[in-house]
Amino acid sequence: MGQFGGAIFAIAVGLLGALAFYWLLNKVVEALPPAWENRLKPYVFIGPAIVIVATFLVFPALLTIRDSFHGSNAEEFVGLANYRQLLGDGSVWSLLLNNAIWIVVVPTVAVSIGLAVAIMTDRLSSTWERVTKALIFLPMAISFIGAGVIWRFVYEWRPPGRPQIGLLNAIVEAMGFEPIHWLGTSDLRLNTLLLTVIMIWLQSGFAMVLLSAAIKGVPDETVEAARIDGASEGQIYWRVVIPQIKSTIFVVTTTVMILVMKIFDVVFALTQGRFNTNVIANQFYFELFQVRHQGRAAVLVVLLIIAVIPIMIANIRRLRQEEALR
Amino acid sequence: MSRTTAPPPPREARPTADRRHRNPTDVRRAGWSTRVVLLVLCALWMLPALGLLVTSFRPVDDITTTGWWTALGDVFDPTAWTTQNYVDVIVAQGMGNAFLNSLTVTVPATAVPILAAAFAAYAFAWMRFPGRNFLFIVVVALLVVPIFVAFVPIFRLFNTLGIQGDFLSVWLAHTGFGMPLAVYILRNYMAGLPRELIESAKVDGASHFQIFWRLIIPLSFPALAAFSILQFLWVWNDLLVALVFLGSAADVEVVTVRLQGLLGSRGQDWHLLTSGAFVTMIVPLIVFFSLQRYFIRGLTAGSLKG
Repeated sequence: MGQFGGAIFAIAVGLLGALAFYWLLNKVVEALPPAWENRLKPYVFIGPAIVIVATFLVFPALLTIRDSFHGSNAEEFVGLANYRQLLGDGSVWSLLLNNAIWIVVVPTVAVSIGLAVAIMTDRLSSTWERVTKALIFLPMAISFIGAGVIWRFVYEWRPPGRPQIGLLNAIVEAMGFEPIHWLGTSDLRLNTLLLTVIMIWLQSGFAMVLLSAAIKGVPDETVEAARIDGASEGQIYWRVVIPQIKSTIFVVTTTVMILVMKIFDVVFALTQGRFNTNVIANQFYFELFQVRHQGRAAVLVVLLIIAVIPIMIANIRRLRQEEALR
Repeated sequence: MSRTTAPPPPREARPTADRRHRNPTDVRRAGWSTRVVLLVLCALWMLPALGLLVTSFRPVDDITTTGWWTALGDVFDPTAWTTQNYVDVIVAQGMGNAFLNSLTVTVPATAVPILAAAFAAYAFAWMRFPGRNFLFIVVVALLVVPIFVAFVPIFRLFNTLGIQGDFLSVWLAHTGFGMPLAVYILRNYMAGLPRELIESAKVDGASHFQIFWRLIIPLSFPALAAFSILQFLWVWNDLLVALVFLGSAADVEVVTVRLQGLLGSRGQDWHLLTSGAFVTMIVPLIVFFSLQRYFIRGLTAGSLKG
């Protein structure tokens, strides 16, 4: 508790310090001649944020790229040796396949479920709409590791003959089959798919909330016009509503996709990457803290950076288009 | 929790009026099939978490010998329920201490980035200066950069500074990693505020500093609230940053790290895992449900359709 009090004190000092810092910087600039004041003031406002971003993201990214060409201590230069080692021995391809499954399955399914729920709840009374949405949205507040515990319990397996306390195997046994070691079964990547279910459970609510707001923003006139023309409810959604919320669908899909590219906690909590469920981020953690090879860990991060570049470009283009409309 | 590409730019809130009130003869009421599908979906969504909650209140021996659903048949049997699991996990397994550590980590790691981001967002939205577009594009590009890029270099930096393993190190790390999203959300919101308001304040002789504090901050409340909730949930629920920079020493470990520790060492002790998992969830669930309204409004206000 004393430590908690110390933390409160640190918070107060930190926040007041930050405020005083901005205030002081502002005072200094205001004391300058007006021409200089106007020139420098914007940098007082953005300066600290830019310094923080440069320190924590830009320089580290450059250093990580540099590290990927260096040995385990990031000291001697080894050229492409790390890349050759990781891409050459084939093990990394299994990781990439798993990551690809995650990237395709989770955004597609989560956004589809989110869209379906958004459309269906739109027709409920407002009380039921709120209740239904809150229930689907709830997992959003749960940590990946908490969700991991929840779902490990659902997938729990025990040898036949012992009581099955995992929900899924209890159902399988009640239907007269042998209990299945779900997370140990990599045929058809079953276990990876079962892990993606967790992420779908977590993210569908997020997709639903944004899509639901977009659907409510569709002008009534366009829907009414289609209805007067005799369109069925299905046609109205496919031809009128969905085209108008396309950009929200794009945003939600990319958001979930980026989140999934870096998937770590769920795999770490349930299988630690065993049984062919490993992904890039887990291998990164393994290389860095078990093998202690900074060079190879950096290569894995570079692979992730390459994977997000298309999304980065799409984001910037979308920003440009939006700015053009403003 | 996602901190990467931001939700679409929230501008001024547009009333999302309920169409049914305007058009009582609307044919689009949910049929029975829709209701059944939604009911099944809700049940599926709640079932895993319900299992966790029920198990966390069952005696150890019951948990290992019967499924949690059997307890629903003994709702009124007092011997079927216990709070001992919580006492064990909070006191003996250190979850109570981890809970305080989580609070210590989360509060500054939420407040500090918002302050710095709000200043920057104002400048991006309402000040003209060379490099403005370039710097903002850098921020947008950084939204998608995986935070793994930072781990090794920042780890070395913190080691040099001698703060590796201190709370200060995670405060700084979360502030850095949360910054692009915070700047992006806040700038989009602030840019949507009415121009006349800011112009007239300028005419009245207000400085940027005054406009920022008296006008922009109060008007940006929905976006500030939405980002605070997002960052709070993200920091509280984070495992990786805490694991890397703070570590798992008992005096600094946070709830997610503690839960991960339990998974590793007591992987079959379901009474500890379930009650421990629930302890980690309490704060985010309270924050989430009490502030849900602001969260949704700040993220979705206006400008969502394409």
